Amino acid sequence: MSSETSTKTPEAAAVPPPGPAPVHKRVPQGHKRLLTRRDRITLGFMAGVPTLLHVALVWVTALASIALAFTTWDGIGFDSIKWVGLDNFKQLFTDNPQFWPAVEHNIIWFVVLIAIPTPLGLFLAVQLDKKIRFSRVYQTAFFLPVVVSLAVTGFVWQLIYNPDTGLINSLIGANKPGHYIDWIGNPHLNLWAVLIAASWRHTGYMMILYLAGLKGVDPSLREASSLDGANEWQTFKNVIFPTLRPTNTVVLVVTIIEALRAFDLVFVFNKGAQGTELLSILITNNIIGESSRIGYGSAIAVVLLVISLAVIIPYLIATFRKERRA
Amino acid sequence: MSTAVVAKQRTPVRPARILLHTFLIVTALAWLAPLLWAVFAALRPYSETSNRGYVSWPHKLSFENFTNAFEQSDMMHYFGNTLIIAVPAVLITLLLSSMVAFYVSRFDFRLNIFLLLVFTAGNLLPQQVIITPLYRLYLLIDLPGITTSGKLYDSALGLVLIHVAFQSGFCAFVLSNYMRMLPHELTEAALVDGASVWRMYWQIVLPLCKPAMAALATLLSIWIYNDFFWAIVLISTGENMPITSALNNLSGQYFTDPNLVAAGALLTAIPTLIVYFVLQRQFVSGLTLGANKG
Repeated sequence: MSSETSTKTPEAAAVPPPGPAPVHKRVPQGHKRLLTRRDRITLGFMAGVPTLLHVALVWVTALASIALAFTTWDGIGFDSIKWVGLDNFKQLFTDNPQFWPAVEHNIIWFVVLIAIPTPLGLFLAVQLDKKIRFSRVYQTAFFLPVVVSLAVTGFVWQLIYNPDTGLINSLIGANKPGHYIDWIGNPHLNLWAVLIAASWRHTGYMMILYLAGLKGVDPSLREASSLDGANEWQTFKNVIFPTLRPTNTVVLVVTIIEALRAFDLVFVFNKGAQGTELLSILITNNIIGESSRIGYGSAIAVVLLVISLAVIIPYLIATFRKERRA
Repeated sequence: MSTAVVAKQRTPVRPARILLHTFLIVTALAWLAPLLWAVFAALRPYSETSNRGYVSWPHKLSFENFTNAFEQSDMMHYFGNTLIIAVPAVLITLLLSSMVAFYVSRFDFRLNIFLLLVFTAGNLLPQQVIITPLYRLYLLIDLPGITTSGKLYDSALGLVLIHVAFQSGFCAFVLSNYMRMLPHELTEAALVDGASVWRMYWQIVLPLCKPAMAALATLLSIWIYNDFFWAIVLISTGENMPITSALNNLSGQYFTDPNLVAAGALLTAIPTLIVYFVLQRQFVSGLTLGANKG
């Protein structure tokens, strides 16, 4: 199977197979009437089994998070579930010294990703889209960090940041006792250190998304623009970038989601110690920590859920509406 | 400027191109540097780096750290754990999501946009949103005799299920877009000929989806292999961890020898790198498949 498909262009899978233009019209009513009883049962199973599994494990648990956020529960027996109203949230917003820093760090995470690696990925994509030689080699180099797991990324970057043995301190001579720069432990530095590693990875991801977007730009647009005497930058700014709008939307959503999901790197680095608290880390530490408070952990999850859905739902509604119109 | 003119102009090497290549080479090397640094550290014996420092000319380079990391931490066992989780998870995800996609793209039962919305939105949620109840659920479900832990918690089955449930959202979305591009006449003709729905799915639609399935299979394999979070929370016995999450414990054991940790981390990255280099096109097209349509 692989040999057959790998000979095609990279976007082979993205391009619809040859045949008549996509048919979006409603399937005629007769279609349904041709189905036998057995067919209907088959269809029911085909749609039902996956939906059941997905809804049970993803949506029911998400709703359970919401419900549990208003309770306290020790996890032993359902009788011990007690309704406490907004107590968990009150405590979270006013009493938890880690909560607001975590929110702030998630926001910083997003701002950094959208401000640095995203434009850089776009820039690299534009350069690599120029029918340049060795384009694939460059792409592979930039994309490699995306393929490697975040856990491995964390370990690799520790070799760079380690105060004793790390590359940076060895190079600048800060690896002697008394001169240590603690990139991982110092709460003023560690978030930025992790963010460099995260940006290292994000750039390649964004590059690939933009490369795919650029492949879809009609070449005649570019020709027309340069015929009009526009230079490269003007063509990009006035012609190419506006046509990349769908890609930009995807990039924005992907980046927000990545910022909300950020977890592995920080967990490998320092388990979310002071300076690198994140919402995802707070939730997880609450579970695997010694004093697991189910209701309280759920309240943090609800905060994360609300932020996520505020992004996901408008995006999906817009996407599906566009698709229907198409 | 037509393409022919551009091609002609390219024959003499333009300074702009040289500048661009220089920039790209330098940046690409900078991007590879962290990984290369890890390889360099992993190739050197600990005694040498502790005496001479890490930034020093190597006197002895060997694969000793790699063989030690591999043997001392019984890595084969953890690769096996990953295999037991990843293979069924990828296959079941593809099977289930292609069934949903088939239903959603071929039969207009009104429900389908909503169904697709549920699947896609579910896949975009951060995992931590559902982890607290999921963890409790896994502890509550007793499966005596089916899993060694007797529960869904701390079992490969539990990990397979959550991977399938979570990833099928993305795959259903991508595959339904793909199937919608297939001409409707195909299945209509089959239906008129009296083919069953299952045959339509299995013998007509699915074979046509091979490129998309191959792309998704590559992507899923790497994602599931690279998963760290689910196993950290849902597996309690270190022995049962898949390789990526086991790395966390292994590094704790050998934290005094960064070179050994580097070697171990790089070893776990090798399978993903092989898959990526062999199936690069599938991987990239899979990644952009969902994004382009969205």
